[in-house]
Amino acid sequence: MERIPILKMGKFLLVSIQIDMDDRTAMTLQDDLTGQIVKHRAKGVLIDISSLDVVDSFIGRMLANTAAMARILDAETVVVGMQPSVAITLVELGLSLKGVRSALNVERGMELLQRIATDIESEAADADDEN
Amino acid sequence: MANARTIADLLRHHEGEILGEWIRLQQQDLSIRNNLLKAGEVEQQCRDFLGALIAGLESGGATADVSTATPWAPVRDLLSSLSRSRARQGFTPTETATFVFSLKRPMFAIVRRELSAEEFAEESWTLTTILDGLGLYTAETYQKGREEIISRQQQELLELSTPVVELWEGVLALPLIGTLDSARTQVVMESLLQAIVDTGSSIAIIDITGVPVVDTLVAQHLLKTVAAARLMGAECIISGIRPQIAQTIVHLGVEISDVPTKATLADAFAIALSRVGLTVTKRKAATVVQVAE
Repeated sequence: MERIPILKMGKFLLVSIQIDMDDRTAMTLQDDLTGQIVKHRAKGVLIDISSLDVVDSFIGRMLANTAAMARILDAETVVVGMQPSVAITLVELGLSLKGVRSALNVERGMELLQRIATDIESEAADADDEN
Repeated sequence: MANARTIADLLRHHEGEILGEWIRLQQQDLSIRNNLLKAGEVEQQCRDFLGALIAGLESGGATADVSTATPWAPVRDLLSSLSRSRARQGFTPTETATFVFSLKRPMFAIVRRELSAEEFAEESWTLTTILDGLGLYTAETYQKGREEIISRQQQELLELSTPVVELWEGVLALPLIGTLDSARTQVVMESLLQAIVDTGSSIAIIDITGVPVVDTLVAQHLLKTVAAARLMGAECIISGIRPQIAQTIVHLGVEISDVPTKATLADAFAIALSRVGLTVTKRKAATVVQVAE
């Protein structure tokens, strides 16, 4: 079975999905990703889906669930590079992926993650000062 | 049909006479329409039609159904191209069908002159049926021609009415004009998302100044577009909400509070610029400052 690689970039994890995912691949990815977040104490996850032409409701839900799981593990998820046709399909399916951040490409996604990470750090610093 | 044979022969024999009289009549009727049609064109159309009609009679079409039978196929082709072109030129349906009906007068004049009263009574029925059928066929194709024009215009309108413009680097605007139905929303959504990819924009302003009515369905379509753009990583601002529309939205209980809304495109543009990290400042007018001092 094919496995989707998870790359570590500093505090963030990068997942680039370049094959058509079946349900098992998706579930394995979810397992691997949650494991890696805990292992590397990642602050953010970037999922690149620019090579996906077709996203069904299962994959859509998987993305939303992964984001929710990552948040519980204190990591933000950004989905990047969604194709227009995929976006339309997801909206028509009623899956607007609330709670998942998105960006146009990997570069923008990294910027977004970095901004979120700095915001969280500065908030934490403010909280420390108040204490 | 022996009768049809003789009537066809009779018409063929007097073809020139009928044609002359018919063209004269047509030109009288069409005198108002001279600006739309050239005389030579009418003559050519009359000659072709009469020739095809007689050929149809000769090949045994007297008792056949004019709108389906094979002997009448050339006549039908002729009439469809004629009525289509007249529909485009702006003739009324009556004027177009009269082209066929006006043949009755010269044709019956000849038939009456050449045949006995009894024969004439019989033949006139056959000829009337054929000509009426052809006349109705003309009116029908005219209608079809008009419908084609309408559907083509609709298509053109659909393509024309959804421009996506780049206001600034990274800021797109989508001025919507006209009512939003499902088909249009699809086109709007596709062109907006494609433009987001092409320009790498992070903010899109949907301006609904030109949308006459916003009901729950239109609002739902707007929200879908916003959700799809968000999935692509672009934020949407809805602008151009007129006072009546704000009232309707609240009265209908449509929930659009997730999307930032502004009254004017200018307000939305200001927000968009600040989101991409730009500010607009007034240039220092040196002369004015000096006067003030």
